[in-house]
Amino acid sequence: MAVATKIVAVTGNQAVAEAFRQLNPDVMPAYPITPSTGIMESFTSFVSNGKVDTEVILVESEHSAMSAAIGASAAGGRVATATSSQGMALMWEMLHIASGYRLPILMSLVNRALSAPLNIHGDHSDGMGMRDCGWIQLFCENAQEAYDNTIMAYRIAEHKDVRLPIAVNMDGFIISHSIESMQFMTDEDVKKFVGEYIAIDPLLDIDNPKSIGALVLPDYYMEHNRVQHEAMVHAKKVVADVSAEFAKLTGRKYELFEAYRLEDAEVVLVALNSAAGTIKDEVDRYREKGVKAGLLKPRMFRPFPYEEVGAALKNAKAICVMDRADSYGGYGPLFMEIASAVLPHRGPVTFNKIYGLGGRDLMPHHVDQVIDETIEVAKTGKVKMVKEYITVRN
Amino acid sequence: MKQKNWKELPHAGTVLTAGNANEYKTGSWRSLKPRWIEENCIQCLFCWIYCPDTAIPVKDEKRVNFDYDHCKGCGVCAMECPGKKGNKAIVMEEEGK
Repeated sequence: MAVATKIVAVTGNQAVAEAFRQLNPDVMPAYPITPSTGIMESFTSFVSNGKVDTEVILVESEHSAMSAAIGASAAGGRVATATSSQGMALMWEMLHIASGYRLPILMSLVNRALSAPLNIHGDHSDGMGMRDCGWIQLFCENAQEAYDNTIMAYRIAEHKDVRLPIAVNMDGFIISHSIESMQFMTDEDVKKFVGEYIAIDPLLDIDNPKSIGALVLPDYYMEHNRVQHEAMVHAKKVVADVSAEFAKLTGRKYELFEAYRLEDAEVVLVALNSAAGTIKDEVDRYREKGVKAGLLKPRMFRPFPYEEVGAALKNAKAICVMDRADSYGGYGPLFMEIASAVLPHRGPVTFNKIYGLGGRDLMPHHVDQVIDETIEVAKTGKVKMVKEYITVRN
Repeated sequence: MKQKNWKELPHAGTVLTAGNANEYKTGSWRSLKPRWIEENCIQCLFCWIYCPDTAIPVKDEKRVNFDYDHCKGCGVCAMECPGKKGNKAIVMEEEGK
């Protein structure tokens, strides 16, 4: 068991910066962008005060930040970066290269809406935009989860069966800038838990010259893709194993998704990140009224645990998947995953609500409206509109 | 050569044998072929410097005949060749003539 530490009050950004300090990466290339800037602010003060040995590279754009991260990781270093929204969007082409080169880079992605219209507040359009980039994606409800998942990230990404980059998501402003009480681990415990990094085929091993990023034509390209998928398949088990070890150490238990009062639930909501906190309160209220309500909060979005989620939802009567990101002309990205997961079970009626775009608040009474509608759908078995926007003025 | 399956690929597609481009013969791409006229060659080695591949082998600080397995016939060497008294030491000829 880890050494007990006192409870502190910090913002989500400070929590992640503290995790970065304890992880002490070799290199951190970054270009600050709201709302992730606080991570860089805190971290660069750690560098200035000699609290870490990290080489911070202040670059001229996020494209360069990810390029430098790839270079440093390929050289053999442990690398981290932080970004949001347009910053992540500018990294996009390099994100594929990081995963294709199998570099276990850690990104703290502080979720923020994409332009246009220009907006700085929290939604998941950035995180969903990197869905197919080959990165492991973890989502966090609060500062404690953001800290814990960041501490676990290198153990997952660097595992020999995985070796993939990892993004730890938290909601911009709602989590990144709000002060919450939480607990850090001691530096010693983190150091012991994370361990030494041993790079595979690092470029700085100059006695063994090598070439990375070689051209691969149609005769081999698909084999390389297949290997990457396999690494993701392995990641599922590794996330579970690392989380179990973390739970033993800290007492804080994380599964691939959180099943909140889900066991016997007939009316189920599914949501990522901070909205889950509000939904849990309302689930409790409805439980008191005798409604069998529950919440499924995915933690691991890539790889997505279809079988496990499907099994957890198969006895529900109606499921409302709440997406804080949109796919114009399509269903919400989380809805598409949940629909795929429950498909083999043919049971629950599933529908989709888009909420909270550009940081619009999701209030308890909005959640109540969704639960009421889900109760109605469970009763009738009929959905009026599969995808609908809530809190939008008509 | 039997192609590898996905389980047999090197990690991240990294090429661990440095310099193995030498094993990849690219001379068949050529439509124009450089011919070396030794009596006009002053051994300035401009051709060796300018060659974008490794098609001009040098032995004892002097160039020898082309490595046609890797020469793609770009003609840069012929362009740069100063020759001797106005006579080029490299000329480009159509392949197959």
